[in-house]
Amino acid sequence: MKILVCIKQVPDSAQIRVHPVTNTIMRQGVPTIINPYDLFSLEEALRLRDRFGGEVSVLTMGPPMAAESLRKALAIGADRAILLTDRFFAGSDTLATTYALAQAIRKVERDYGAQDIVFAGKQTIDGDTAQVGPGIAKRLDLLQLTYVAKIEACDPEKREIVVERRAEGGVQVLATRLPCLITMLEGANEVRRGAIDDSLRAARAEIVTWSAKDAEIEDISKCGLRGSPTIVKKVFAPTPRSERAAFVEPATSGGDSAEAVIGAIFARQPSLEEDMAKLARGF
Amino acid sequence: MSDTPPPAPTQSRAGAKKELPEHFRAYKHVWVFVELERGAVHPVSWELLGAGRKLADKLGVELAGVVLGAPGDATRAALAEAFCYGADLAYLIEDPILADYRNEPYAKALTQLVNAHKPEILLLGATTLGRDLAGSVATSLLTGLTADCTELAVDADGSLAATRPTFGGSLLCTIYTLNYRPQMATVRPRVMLTPSRDEKREGRIVPFAVDLDEDKIITKIIKFIPDRESSKTNLAFADVVVAGGLGLQSAENFQLIRNLAAALGAEFGGSRPLTQKGWIGADRQIGQTGKTIRPKLYIAAGISGAVQHRVGVEGADCIVAINTDKNAPIFDFAHIGIVTDAIRLLPALTEAFCKRLSPHHRDRLAG
Ligand SMILES: Cc1cc2nc3c(=O)[nH]c(=O)nc-3n(C[C@H](O)[C@H](O)[C@H](O)COP(=O)(O)OP(=O)(O)OC[C@H]3O[C@@H](n4cnc5c(N)ncnc54)[C@H](O)[C@@H]3O)c2cc1C
Ligand SMILES: Nc1ncnc2c1ncn2[C@@H]1O[C@H](COP(=O)(O)O)[C@@H](O)[C@H]1O
Repeated sequence: MKILVCIKQVPDSAQIRVHPVTNTIMRQGVPTIINPYDLFSLEEALRLRDRFGGEVSVLTMGPPMAAESLRKALAIGADRAILLTDRFFAGSDTLATTYALAQAIRKVERDYGAQDIVFAGKQTIDGDTAQVGPGIAKRLDLLQLTYVAKIEACDPEKREIVVERRAEGGVQVLATRLPCLITMLEGANEVRRGAIDDSLRAARAEIVTWSAKDAEIEDISKCGLRGSPTIVKKVFAPTPRSERAAFVEPATSGGDSAEAVIGAIFARQPSLEEDMAKLARGF
Repeated sequence: MSDTPPPAPTQSRAGAKKELPEHFRAYKHVWVFVELERGAVHPVSWELLGAGRKLADKLGVELAGVVLGAPGDATRAALAEAFCYGADLAYLIEDPILADYRNEPYAKALTQLVNAHKPEILLLGATTLGRDLAGSVATSLLTGLTADCTELAVDADGSLAATRPTFGGSLLCTIYTLNYRPQMATVRPRVMLTPSRDEKREGRIVPFAVDLDEDKIITKIIKFIPDRESSKTNLAFADVVVAGGLGLQSAENFQLIRNLAAALGAEFGGSRPLTQKGWIGADRQIGQTGKTIRPKLYIAAGISGAVQHRVGVEGADCIVAINTDKNAPIFDFAHIGIVTDAIRLLPALTEAFCKRLSPHHRDRLAG
C-alpha cells in the first residue's frame, strides 16, 4: 500500500509565553514538536504498511526548519519525507493550506504513484481547527473518515476499508472504498518508538524539498495570505474581570472555613440553596 | 488559524473589507445548521440560534434553521423547535438517506442549499459532526471558516467578527472572512447561552430538494454502537461541578473531589494535567481542549486557572476557588476565593454541605 501522512511541526505550546508588555508571542527558544495528534495517524499508517507492504510518505508544509519534524517521522519509521516550503505559503489559512497540500499530494502521486490512503491528524494544537483534513479530502475528492478510533478491516486488493468512527453519542461502523482520507482519534494506538536502524537512516536521509514551483503549484494567488479568505484582524489578551474574587478568611478549623465558604456562596446566590438541596437528594 | 500572520500587515487588508464582489451581494440572512442525529438535536444548535438571532437582528435580516434528516417525526420536531428557539424560517432537506450522518450526502446537500439560497453567515456546532461537515462544505464553497469561536459579533459595516482562542488559548483573535460568502464559523457546545424557548413561535418551512441516490453513495453505515449510559458524563450540562487540579497532589486525593461531587449530586472534572496523568478520563477534562461548562456553581480545588482552563468555565454563575497561592490566576475570575489547603478543606466542605442541605437541617430552619 502507498500511504501519505500529513504532519505539522508545531510549537510545544505548553511552553508558549506571551510578552507581558507588548502582548506578542515569544517564539524564540520555544521547542517544536510533531503535532501530537499526527503521531496516531503516522502509527496507523506504519501498521498498515507493516501488514500489507508498501511505503509511507510524510508531507509537511512549513518553514525550512520543519525538516526536523520530518526527520523525526523518518526515525519513527516513515519511508520518505517531503517538505513543501516557500515564502508564498506564509500566512496561509486553512483554505490556502489545503490548496497547497492537495497540489503537493497530486505531485507526490505523479512522482511516486497513487496513494491508497491519506492520513491527517485529528487537529493541530496550534491551529486547532480540525479543518485541514476534511479540506484536503474535498480538494482531492477522497472519501473522508474523521475521528477514527479503529481500523477494523482493510483490503487493499478489494479496495475496501471498515472503520469505527467516533460520533456524538456513539460509534459508527463505516465501510468505504480506497482511496480515502482518515484522521485518527487520540489514543487509538500506541505510537512506536522507532527502531535503531530507522533513526540512523533518518539522520542521513534525503528530505525531498519542494518550492511552490517544484511542486508544480501554478496558481500562487491561491496560496498564503493572498489565498486566504480569513484574516486575523486583531490579537488580544482576554480582559481581566474588573473585580477579583471575594476572599473568605480561612478559620482555624476546617469545619468553620467550610461553613464560611458555604455561607458566602448562598449569600451571593440565594436561589442555589433550594436547587442544591434537591440535587443532593437526587432530584 | 494555521500560520497566523502577524497582525501588522493584515491590518491593511482588513481595511479593504468593503470591496465585496458583486456576485456576493446577494448573500443575505443568517443560517444555523440544526444538528439532528439519530432522532435528537444536539443542544448546541439552540445555543447557536440564540447567537444567530442577535446577529440577524443587528443586520436586520432573517434567521434560518437548516434541518437535514429522514422524513418523520424527529425531523418535524426539530423544525418546530428551531422556531421556538428563534428561527424565522427553516430550510428542510428530507430524505431517508439522511437518517444517519455521512459526509458525502450531508456535504452535498448543504453545499447545494447554500448555493441556491445564499446565506451571509452560516453557523455550525463544533461537534464531531459539525467539524466534519463544515470543513468539507467551506472547501467546496471556497470560503473562509473560523473554528471554535467563543464570541460572534457584527461590526459597523456588517461583517462577521468571529473571536476564538489562538496560540494554544493564551490569546484571543478576531477573524474576518473578507470578500467571500458565506462567512462560516463553528462554535463549541456550551459556549453560547441557550436562549429562552417560546412555545408559541412559528415560522415558515422552505423545503429544498436534493438529488440523492443511495447507489451513488460509497460510504455505508454497517452499524451504530451507542455509548453505554454509564460511560456518558453530563459534565457540560450539570448544574453543579466540582473539579480538581494538580494542587491535589495525588490520584488518591482526587477521591476527595469525587466524594464532594457525590454528596452534592454534582458532576466532577479536572484540569488537563489530570487527564494526562490518567487520574481522570479525557471526557472529564474541563477547558479549551476539554469540555466547556456552564453550571450554576463551579468549585475548583487546586487549579491555578490557566487561560485554557478559564475559557471552559467562565460561563459559570458562581465560581469558587480553593488554592494555597493567593496570587493564583484563578482568583482573577473566581467570584469567591479561599486561600487554604484544599486537601484539608474538601472533606470539611463535604460534611458541611451535607449538613446544610439535609432535609433535617432545612426543616429546622423552616420551623
Ligand atoms: C493547547 C493547550 C490546551 C490546553 N487545554 C487545557 C484544558 O482544556 N484544560 C485545562 O485545565 N488546561 C489546559 N491546558 C493546560 C493549562 O495551560 C495549564 O497547564 C493547566 O490548566 C494547569 O493545571 P492545574 O491548574 O491543575 O495545575 P497547576 O497550574 O500546576 O496548578 C496547581 C495549583 O494548585 C495550587 N495548590 C498546590 N497545592 C495545593 C493545595 N494543597 N491546596 C490547594 N491548592 C494547591 C497551586 O498553588 C497551583 O495554583 C492547555 C494547555 C495548552 C498548551
Ligand atoms: N502545514 C501543514 N502541513 C502538513 N499537514 C498539515 C499542515 N497543517 C495542518 N496539517 C494537517 O491537518 C491536520 C489538522 O490541522 P488543523 O486543521 O490545523 O487543526 C493536522 O493534524 C495535519 O495532519
